[in-house]
Amino acid sequence: MKDTPLANCERDFLLKAFEEKKRLDGRQTYDYRKIKITFGTDYGCCFVDLGKTRVMAQVSCELVAPKDNRPNEGILFFNIELSPMASPVFEQGRQSELSVKLNRQLERCLRNSKCIDTESLCVVSGEKVWQIRVDVHTLNHDGNLMDAASIAAITALCHFRRPDVAIQGDDVTVYGPEERDPIPLSIYHMPISVSFSFFQQGTYLLVDPCEREERVMDGLLMIAMNKHREICSIQSSGGIMLLRDQVMRCSKIASVKVSEITDLISKALENDKKARKAGSKCGFAESIPQERITALKMEGTPVDVEGVTERASYVVQKAGTPPQTVPSPVVPLPGVGQVGEGIHSTWGMEEEEEENNISGDEEDKVIQMEVDKEDSKRGDVVEISDSEEEEVVILNPETPDKTPKSKPPSSHQKVAAKTKKKQKK
Amino acid sequence: MTQSSCDALHFFRGGGMMEVCGSSTVSLREFGCEQSLLSRPDGSASFTQGDTSVLAGVYGPAEVKVSKEIYDRATLEVLVQPKVGLPSVRERLQEQCVRETCEASLLLSLHPRSSLTLILQVLHDDGSLLSCFLNAACMALMDAGLPMSCLFCAVTCAIDTDGQITTDPTAAQEKESRALMTFAIDSTERKVLMSSTKGSFSVSELQQCIAVSQKASEKIFQFYRDSVRRRYSKIL
Repeated sequence: MKDTPLANCERDFLLKAFEEKKRLDGRQTYDYRKIKITFGTDYGCCFVDLGKTRVMAQVSCELVAPKDNRPNEGILFFNIELSPMASPVFEQGRQSELSVKLNRQLERCLRNSKCIDTESLCVVSGEKVWQIRVDVHTLNHDGNLMDAASIAAITALCHFRRPDVAIQGDDVTVYGPEERDPIPLSIYHMPISVSFSFFQQGTYLLVDPCEREERVMDGLLMIAMNKHREICSIQSSGGIMLLRDQVMRCSKIASVKVSEITDLISKALENDKKARKAGSKCGFAESIPQERITALKMEGTPVDVEGVTERASYVVQKAGTPPQTVPSPVVPLPGVGQVGEGIHSTWGMEEEEEENNISGDEEDKVIQMEVDKEDSKRGDVVEISDSEEEEVVILNPETPDKTPKSKPPSSHQKVAAKTKKKQKK
Repeated sequence: MTQSSCDALHFFRGGGMMEVCGSSTVSLREFGCEQSLLSRPDGSASFTQGDTSVLAGVYGPAEVKVSKEIYDRATLEVLVQPKVGLPSVRERLQEQCVRETCEASLLLSLHPRSSLTLILQVLHDDGSLLSCFLNAACMALMDAGLPMSCLFCAVTCAIDTDGQITTDPTAAQEKESRALMTFAIDSTERKVLMSSTKGSFSVSELQQCIAVSQKASEKIFQFYRDSVRRRYSKIL
């Protein structure tokens, strides 16, 4: 589906507003929208709301063979799925330019910054390592998907627990969550991406652009940084020229934003840990807000099943007895089944006609008689090896007269069949 | 379940009969719903049944691709997004079940040559996923304000090895069940719109499950009614 275009007057209005240091949603230039982090029921599932933008990240793990050049390092795999739910522009199963850009940026932000200790993911060197897979699903696109995705991915990685593994000699045992507590990944630092959008060839700068702002922007600068003020990746797109002090200023803003977001993430993780320890219910079902009129929740209810059995038996009786099946189906040979009662088979009638055309009716009769004779001499199972076909086993029924189609083809018929094949070719 | 009913069950089993005995486990887990929680889709809803939760989004009626255009009705496309990895055959099957149910209840001929897209995202799977998909889909279609001839809801029933029926089973209950059935039921006549079954069961068991689902659907339709009433009364 095509996106609704942005009208020129809307564009002009937005740009005019930026000149007056105003934004559509009333934010200041360097303000982020409200960030909300929630966790799913299982480990490694995280939802991030950045204003109206909403993404979900799910981390999963699997034992795989390592890469040849890195035999004792685990594998990290990132996938940002631009689900059509987020925006009608996104199409299912198609790698768009945006999705490649986001995936690449997330990889550079989290894998190339070496924020996760991949060596601790090794189980048996050169044979088995953990592959950590991060799936980020976009649920609602209202701008700045990258920041939301990076927050969701790193939070989900911090929240994730992998199964414990014990090695005794050559035996590797993977323990389930009931047997041994799953263990968290070792994370050195938390890189977080901060996006800056530029308007009017870099004259105006805004942090955390919303969807409308993204549409009118000239350029985008994404800086991934951790709270130790180390830049993990920096990417400029849109083809605008930035001055050195512009980049410096952006990195300074980013460091402030990153420390705020990191604190928020740690707080969210702490709260979730407490909730899990206390054994209270956590997860998405619990996060449905109760104070909204659009939301409603109902406690578990028993279903009144009175009269169910009576109704069922009534329906069964009313339906009547099923048509009588044949009491003893004709079984020509042990191990052979038959459908229907020896009626003339209409299957492959056309083929038979074709054969008749080639061989002629009289010849056919002769063949049939020959077959009968041959059959009486030979055993019950006739095996014919055709050079073109695979081995065919034809079982001979007791009444070949009734079902002429199922008779084993004689040498004459084989010739006929071959000519037919040639005709088809 | 009392001891005597247990004995009765064993007696029947010994006699070579399949019989569903007393059903004290027939209940629905707590369920919740939130509508229009996403800003981009025309209609959206999240539905949770116990821990199982699904997010649904609807776009449409909108422009349709020429290759998918149907001249006398709208084209409905259903997409199921799994939590991990890419959609596979299992998701295709679920998509088909949901699509056929929605097509049965939506008045698609009112929007010829247009497209409707329904996207279902798994948020957590703890059993009865297909019924949760269908319930979320119905809530999202309601939120999008699409014309429908009736509402629909879905109930999953599991028959365990003792022949006991459990409605709305958890993942663990599903694993231990002998047969698993999901029925979509319409709101006007309580008839079965779609059925999806797995495992072996007798005719009477099937009918019992349908009857149980019809009873359980009353609860879900009441929930739909309550949530719509709450929404338009604007009172918490």
